[in-house]
Amino acid sequence: MIGYSWLIPWLPFAGFLVLAFGGTKLSKKMASMIGAGSIGLAALLALIIGFQFMQSPPENHYYNLKLWTWISIGGFSPSIAYHIDALTIVFMFVVTFVGFLIHVYSAEYMHEDEGYSRFFSYMNLFVFAMLNLVMADNLVLLYLGWEGVGLCSFLLIGFYYKDPANGAAARKAFIVTRVGDTAMALGLFLLIIHFNTLDIREIITKAPSLWNTGSALPTWIALLLLGGAMGKSAQVPLQTWLPDAMAGPSPVSALIHAATMVTAGVYLIARTHTIYELSPMAMTAVATTGAVTLVLAGFAAIAQYDIKRVLAYSTISQIGYMILALGVGAWAAGIFHFMIHAFFKALLFLAAGAIIHALHHEQNIFKMGGLRKELPVIFWTFLAGAGALAALPLITAGFYSKDAILWYAWSSDYGSPVLWAAAFFGAFVTSVYTFRMVFVTFFGEVKTHVHHPPGMAMTLPLIILAVLSIIGGFIELPHSLGHVTLFSGFLNNVLPEVKMGHEEGSSEVIFQVITALTGLFGIFLAWNFWFKKPAMLYKFKSSSFGAGLHEFLLKGLGFDWLYDNVIVKPFVWLSNINKNDITDKIYAGISRLTVLLHDLLRVTITGNLRWYAAGIAIGIVLTLTIVLFL
Amino acid sequence: MIIVYIILVLMIGGLVAWFAGRVSPNFARNFSLGTSLVAFLMSIVFCIQNYNRSMEGMAGAWMVDLRFPWIPQFGISFHMAVDGLSMVMILLTLFLGVLGVLTSWNEIKERTGFYYFNLLWILAGIIGVFTALDLFLFYFFWEIMLIPMYFLIGIWGHENRMYAAFKFFLFTQASGLLMFLAILGMAFLNAYKSGVLSFDYFDLLKFQPEGLTGFLLMGGFMIAFIVKLPVVPVHNWLPDAHTQAPTAGSLILAGLLLKTGAYGIIRFVVPFFHEGAHAFAPYGMILGAIGILYGAKLAYSQTDLKRLVAYTSVSHMGFVMLGVFAFNPLAYQGVVMQMVTHGISTGALFIFVGMIYERIHTRDINQLGGLWEKVPKFGAVGMIFSMASLGLPGLGNFIAEFLVLAGSFQGNKIITAVASIGLVLGTVYSLRIFQRIFHGNKNKEWDFKDMTWREVIIMGSLVIAIALLGWYPQPVIDFVKPAISTVLEQMTTIVD
Repeated sequence: MIGYSWLIPWLPFAGFLVLAFGGTKLSKKMASMIGAGSIGLAALLALIIGFQFMQSPPENHYYNLKLWTWISIGGFSPSIAYHIDALTIVFMFVVTFVGFLIHVYSAEYMHEDEGYSRFFSYMNLFVFAMLNLVMADNLVLLYLGWEGVGLCSFLLIGFYYKDPANGAAARKAFIVTRVGDTAMALGLFLLIIHFNTLDIREIITKAPSLWNTGSALPTWIALLLLGGAMGKSAQVPLQTWLPDAMAGPSPVSALIHAATMVTAGVYLIARTHTIYELSPMAMTAVATTGAVTLVLAGFAAIAQYDIKRVLAYSTISQIGYMILALGVGAWAAGIFHFMIHAFFKALLFLAAGAIIHALHHEQNIFKMGGLRKELPVIFWTFLAGAGALAALPLITAGFYSKDAILWYAWSSDYGSPVLWAAAFFGAFVTSVYTFRMVFVTFFGEVKTHVHHPPGMAMTLPLIILAVLSIIGGFIELPHSLGHVTLFSGFLNNVLPEVKMGHEEGSSEVIFQVITALTGLFGIFLAWNFWFKKPAMLYKFKSSSFGAGLHEFLLKGLGFDWLYDNVIVKPFVWLSNINKNDITDKIYAGISRLTVLLHDLLRVTITGNLRWYAAGIAIGIVLTLTIVLFL
Repeated sequence: MIIVYIILVLMIGGLVAWFAGRVSPNFARNFSLGTSLVAFLMSIVFCIQNYNRSMEGMAGAWMVDLRFPWIPQFGISFHMAVDGLSMVMILLTLFLGVLGVLTSWNEIKERTGFYYFNLLWILAGIIGVFTALDLFLFYFFWEIMLIPMYFLIGIWGHENRMYAAFKFFLFTQASGLLMFLAILGMAFLNAYKSGVLSFDYFDLLKFQPEGLTGFLLMGGFMIAFIVKLPVVPVHNWLPDAHTQAPTAGSLILAGLLLKTGAYGIIRFVVPFFHEGAHAFAPYGMILGAIGILYGAKLAYSQTDLKRLVAYTSVSHMGFVMLGVFAFNPLAYQGVVMQMVTHGISTGALFIFVGMIYERIHTRDINQLGGLWEKVPKFGAVGMIFSMASLGLPGLGNFIAEFLVLAGSFQGNKIITAVASIGLVLGTVYSLRIFQRIFHGNKNKEWDFKDMTWREVIIMGSLVIAIALLGWYPQPVIDFVKPAISTVLEQMTTIVD
């Protein structure tokens, strides 16, 4: 079966072609059948291949499938070829399976919208590009997928293209991520110089013998690739595009801006992990990026009104956790959190979409309220997702995946108390903003009535994802609680185990208890401030400090303001004052000078014989003077 | 001989079309279409004939080498030869030539016969430029392609056509004159040194002038080519000429005429002046980087769609300049790929803008907007080619830019890193093209019809070409490989 794995990306592509050429000629039913059907087949194939891979792993624990040689110049010859190992299978499974659920959901969610087949064609193209990204055996093909998902993200953020604000958000997403992509491209060029190949397996096996730990080149390369990851995975300082990207339809936010595309950076770093391991400085940079991002984005999430923006900042923050995990060398823990996050964040976005759908495009949580009774299925599934996000102890998957990251942030060789403190504090903030959202949306009095309760196609994916958000964690349990390592065991042929360093004198259990209690305390605070005694918070917000702080957090901590004033406005200004191209003045000057000389000399043509005679005489005198005396 | 026949077919076809135009414009159109198609088919046959030979590396880099005496007293011969590089450029020329005839179908209503005469003669001149190996003959073809172009802009252009035509003519003629002086200088100094007066490429290759003489001679060639390419700050003729020319004129200017500059640098400047080119390399790369960034910045602020696309050409040709002076196979393959893919993608954008102009008679970006709903086929095409213009993988331009940057990074890291900011700026202006036309509010209710069949064929063939080059560029790479390695081998042996 594994020989057919090329079908996994190309089935969705075939679906894309049919949808793109069929266009509006296809009925809505046909369009959704083709869209969801092709992804469903791909998901089925991915599952079968995954199971076969687990039962009888191929030699060397990877399988390589070459379709054709793409470019061949000298020794540099990237191919259209796929590399399948445990890491690929995890990503392939999440992309196709979650993708399929979201497609099914979209069939109902998008039903009233114009451009139904356009929507599915973009979604299929996205899945195709994303699968190329995670299956590529070389970095050029990975870059193709990388840019391809960027294009689809652009198209889908701007899906409701008639509103210029959506266009601006789409543009911003594309341009900001392209900044990171350019850094990544430079990293690839450096790799080409030193390896004359971009074959991932060759690079990661040769790198340790080529460079010493701590030498400059792997650091440069790792940092440039990190630049790419920052753009795609919305990490500080390139995170500003993601909150605006919520302009796209909710299924898009769920699939692209939560579950899959934004984790591409996590994949890239995990994939090229040996380069990072050669550079302690790059590891520190990765861990610091993650830690800073998870705290800042968590704060911004507390102040948002728009339910999708809360979730967007939460996504930025959770990817920060994944990046932090990679930065402390806890590779498998980072990937595990990716998978669990894909389940619960897709769930939260889809549930939020269902609410927005039911309330006639209302996105402000303070205009919702009391939805617990009105939309019970949504409430319970949302609660499962929120519990996982806030890492509710023992019962949710998020607890197990996040707990591992916290523990390694302290105990691994690259870990430190500062990183742990950031992650710990972030976990507290997470439970506050998550349950603020739950209490405000689902409790209290009803503010907007439900117009349009969701149907089966929307609720079924929610239920499946809710189940996964609860039980998904049991495949990887910590030492203190059963010690199951199904997930990390599956990955350990690809990703090395964590190098421990600081675990002396500290017990994992104590950390777990502290974290769990703090999380519960965060929920209590949310209950207190946004449900029990909202007056207290109101008072704080009316003070000038409170109002300022709130505004600062609401606007995403001023990053947009900064970039707008330092980069965008100067560029537009410069570009506008020089619209007519200053260098043109040189040539205009030459032509004006010619005309001027022409006019000057024309004055001498008077038609007056005396002037001519005088001119000739002066000329002769001058010539003679020069000839005779000089 | 087939290559001479192709040129003759185009020239004779042009003359016939001119006279036929007096009888019936439609006949001129059909006849020109037939002529260009015949020439295109001939070039494909020629290409297939030589494909295997070049793959096996049999006749060296040169697939065909024709030489007849012309003015033997002065050592001038009718010497034409084709290698992989010429072959690829000839195919591109005739492909875009056929599309040029098709795009002019409804646009040109006056003096149709004379128009097609000029169009076909430009193509003949360009093919001559890509094949001539006698410098006198090269200059002859260089002029043949300019003068009909001047007419094309001056007679069938838009509102400010005379200004644009003069500017184009003065820039290219003045710089062409310097090249002519350099050609004469090469021939005479070589005669002085070796005792034989010859304008032949292979004779002059051995000359390798050095020092000040070499610098001046190289300068003469270089100026002609970088004006044509164009390189900032001698690019000023381009925005005016491209904006004012009729659609097919812009297509041929952007798609083909600019490429003769790049071709000239690879074919003549680098092989003739190894030392000089090597010394000039860092400055060449800096000029390339400036072109990329400055062109992109200017493109962003334009409100005239055609002018916007014109400035993107300045930016894209910066990549050629950057790569040519990196002297390695990756960069050179990238440069050739950039010549081909830019020809297709920018040509497509000009045709696209031409189609819009034909419908609503404006090129002002502020009058457009929100058109997607109305004309989805236009939307798809606009989407694809603005993505090509920003270098999206899967389309040919990505291969080109990636290879150029990867290659020039080996030449000079800092300049290339600065130049790669162009990838971001390219995104900025390309999205602007697309979004200002199709996204947002409708600024006016236009009576706007989606593409006709003729237009679908034109755009469809361009889309297929650019996608094929994006997913399977290897045939082009294989084809030009011998030509590139010849140039680079000479370079490295001399420099080492």
